[in-house]
Amino acid sequence: MTLKFSILTLIVVLLSLVTSTTVFSNSELYNNRGLEIAIEADRRDTGFGDSSASIQMILRNRHGEVSHRELRNKTLEVENDGDKVIIIFDTPRDVRGTAFMSFTHKFEPDDQWLYLPALKRIKRIASRNKSGPFMGSEFAYEDISSQEVEKYRYKYIKNETFDGRKHFLIERYPLDQKSGYVRQKVWIDQSEYRIWKIDFYNQTDTLLKTLNFDDYQQYLGRYWRANIMEMKNHLTGKSTLLKWRDFHFNNGFTEQEFTRHALKKIR
Amino acid sequence: MVKFFDSMRRILSIFNEFNRKIWPQWIGRSSFSILGQAPRMIRNRCYCILLTLILQTALHAAEWTGKIGIEKRNFENAPLSPLQRRDSLSATFESEFYHDWQQGKQRIVVTPFARLDQSDRERSHVDLREFYWRGSYSKVDLYIGLRKLFWGVTESIHLIDIINQSDMVENIDGEDKLGQPMISLAYTTTRGDWEFFLMPYFRERTFPGTVGRLRTPLVVDPERTLYESAAGKNHRDYALRWSHIINDWDLGLSYFHGTNRTPQLMTVTDNHAVVLSPYYTQLDQLGLDLQYTHNAWLWKWESVLRLHNNRLNPKLKRSYAAVGGGEYTWYSIFSTDIGMILEYQYDNRSGLQAPVANNDIAIGTRFTFNDKDDSTLLAVLVIDVEQRSRFVSIEASRRLDNNLSVNIEMRIFSSSTPQERLYSLRNDDYFEILLTKYF
Repeated sequence: MTLKFSILTLIVVLLSLVTSTTVFSNSELYNNRGLEIAIEADRRDTGFGDSSASIQMILRNRHGEVSHRELRNKTLEVENDGDKVIIIFDTPRDVRGTAFMSFTHKFEPDDQWLYLPALKRIKRIASRNKSGPFMGSEFAYEDISSQEVEKYRYKYIKNETFDGRKHFLIERYPLDQKSGYVRQKVWIDQSEYRIWKIDFYNQTDTLLKTLNFDDYQQYLGRYWRANIMEMKNHLTGKSTLLKWRDFHFNNGFTEQEFTRHALKKIR
Repeated sequence: MVKFFDSMRRILSIFNEFNRKIWPQWIGRSSFSILGQAPRMIRNRCYCILLTLILQTALHAAEWTGKIGIEKRNFENAPLSPLQRRDSLSATFESEFYHDWQQGKQRIVVTPFARLDQSDRERSHVDLREFYWRGSYSKVDLYIGLRKLFWGVTESIHLIDIINQSDMVENIDGEDKLGQPMISLAYTTTRGDWEFFLMPYFRERTFPGTVGRLRTPLVVDPERTLYESAAGKNHRDYALRWSHIINDWDLGLSYFHGTNRTPQLMTVTDNHAVVLSPYYTQLDQLGLDLQYTHNAWLWKWESVLRLHNNRLNPKLKRSYAAVGGGEYTWYSIFSTDIGMILEYQYDNRSGLQAPVANNDIAIGTRFTFNDKDDSTLLAVLVIDVEQRSRFVSIEASRRLDNNLSVNIEMRIFSSSTPQERLYSLRNDDYFEILLTKYF
């Protein structure tokens, strides 16, 4: 494993040497097929403006015990930076009305606030907590944060066909030192550039989690959203299922709805 | 508008009346016919509010939620006064009704609260935590009615938070607040949020009664409340706040002019009994709050400059207080986040004027277990640097199921000499368990 790890480190170092000089020059793009695929996937999802959705979160432990959470999500696309996201908690009832706001960034750490309705208090929280679990689920904060091309380095591995679809298999390496992962394997379909599966490898390069996407639907004739996302933790046997519904686009959200004052008014 | 606040004043004075007379009577007789015993005016008013609420719910797709709490406090030591009890059992009810219309541009919120305490009549009380209308017009929000809000960033003390009066019979931490009547305007700009508050009516602080624990040795008599301003509780207070986010900095500046929320307690003799009379002075307060968030560090600062206008103590013209410190968190240690908190509290007032937090260090640790039941634990030790008295607070909470949660609270007061400001609480160490059912 040490050999494997050092080879991987070498690849990352080499890649970073290659890409850090001229990330977006045409010749590099042409050579770096992994990055090319990531850029194309990102391009196809750019311009959605804003979206909202309801989420049901189902947590399962290794004994099959289940607990539920209901959330709502509002997203505002920000040009040349990460998205602004608000997540509102509806159940469990003791956290009802709690709202989480995140300004994600391409390079700097995200800015995050939490609104606690019982005290009417807004707390800015440290975003160092990337690899920490979100609401006790198998999703880490970095898994639910907006996925920006610039957050990773890429490598194209091979093509793979399953479930009747042709996929690109790429590997991406988080640039943030505080990421809980050393690499992620990502399967993206070749026709629509949608992610179908991600394998997460922890800092010791052990397969930690697998995220499967399913039931994609297209909105505004262009943007694909998965209704089902299931994260399985291979080390603990726990899993978290996200069921998305009521996707809405063109809500007319503005920056004004993503402020601390707006966070206090949210229901 | 004037009419609206007049009726609000009337409602609040009815609440006062209710809290002082009707509620204790009801508890005394253990009868459930509150409305039956209330004077007709109160009865009609209550019916009116109830009817409006029911109609609103029936007519619109509004939302009604609530919670019921059962709280048991056990005191470690015998009370200082034979009238006080060793334990207390108490129940709370809080419900929130809200309704939005015009795509959320208008909203009404009604949040009634009630506590029924087994022994302390002063602790048994009802309140409207919120009862307001909000209208949103492009970048401006207008609020009219009773609101509850919070200012500040620090953990161990809330210096700049002055809008709402503390509901001190609820908890000595002062984090429970009474609804404050106001007209307020909020204006959002790219250079920060501005808020203006006009507060036409003052809410008096609540204090434990004779049989209640966690009180001053002499009982506070709310009937003997005095004001420096001739306008009394009708003094018009106002406040202004600007807050902004600049990268890793959250900052706020606030100004308050009006009746001090913290009364001075004066000893008076009343029919051979000695009681304390709350005296509310006038105050101008300038507040600053800052938080710098960097990696796993949160750096926090709150400070106030107070201009006093106190006829009883003309020498005290101005005072200054600050609290500052940091919180560092180690993430995912066996999937638990462990935070360390260190804050220093300072107030330049000395002698009898000095508050409890005048030269104190607060050291705390916060455990967030990141489990499916959101288990948390917060332990804080506050040491008075001069007086050596110590105060320990431990709070823990977790969910039992989707609609039920449990909170545990433990407070220890360690004080040995009568000069110490915590001395009156020396026998009041307690352990509390609170079950909350949400519906």
